[in-house]
Amino acid sequence: MTDQITKVSVIISKGSLEGIYPGLIMANGARAEGIEANVFFTFFGMDAIRRNRQRNIKLAAVGNPGLRLPTWVGGIPGVATLLTTYLNRKMAKLDIPSIPEFVDLISDTGAGIYACQASADLFGLGKEDFVDRVDGIITVGEFYDLAAGGEIVFT
Amino acid sequence: MPTATYAGTEVPLGEDGFFTDPAQWREEMASEIARAEGIEELTEQHWQVIKHMRHEFAAKGTGPTVRALGKTSGVTIKDLYRLFPKGPAKTAAKIAGIPKPRGCV
Repeated sequence: MTDQITKVSVIISKGSLEGIYPGLIMANGARAEGIEANVFFTFFGMDAIRRNRQRNIKLAAVGNPGLRLPTWVGGIPGVATLLTTYLNRKMAKLDIPSIPEFVDLISDTGAGIYACQASADLFGLGKEDFVDRVDGIITVGEFYDLAAGGEIVFT
Repeated sequence: MPTATYAGTEVPLGEDGFFTDPAQWREEMASEIARAEGIEELTEQHWQVIKHMRHEFAAKGTGPTVRALGKTSGVTIKDLYRLFPKGPAKTAAKIAGIPKPRGCV
């Protein structure tokens, strides 16, 4: 194997359960393989690292064709919560960590955790709004500097 | 099938360099495999992880993932990466003479 990947930067831009987990799994998996990794949270993806939001991430019950549910069913109050609880239980059984635990784990593996400056400005957020594991709020330019020499994965 | 000679014994290896027959592994081989993986010296903490790897493999037929190692080996995730920078579960499995652990998380 000559073309091994040695570095990845994962961008997480969506604030739903199914928008956040794939990126976290990709980043953690990279570190498990000894690949250098950074995770860049932008737009609602930042919910995964926001103090008052990361414990309450829900599955997107509306506009999610993967669920095979009529849109109006997804809109019934409580359906999103119900589906989220079901999925979270299934993941806990497989020993997949919750989102807050997963962010801590990825940070412990030595991966960088970053929030997007433009999105933070848009939502009026500062360092204090993010969990302690966040290594910085950075601009897109700084992200590309950080990602230089590696692969970029947009989830 | 590729082979390697550790501590004077020739052992068959899988395509990815992991032992295909964990029974052929002996403790004397560990430091040689470790050096090939870029770890100059195996400390007591390295051994704690390696022995745990062997133990888990014997009990479950597969090596633990990094997350499982962090929970059960008595070594924190941070320390695991300090000890085995190129991926703790994979590197420790190789040094411990067991097949490559499979798992996404």
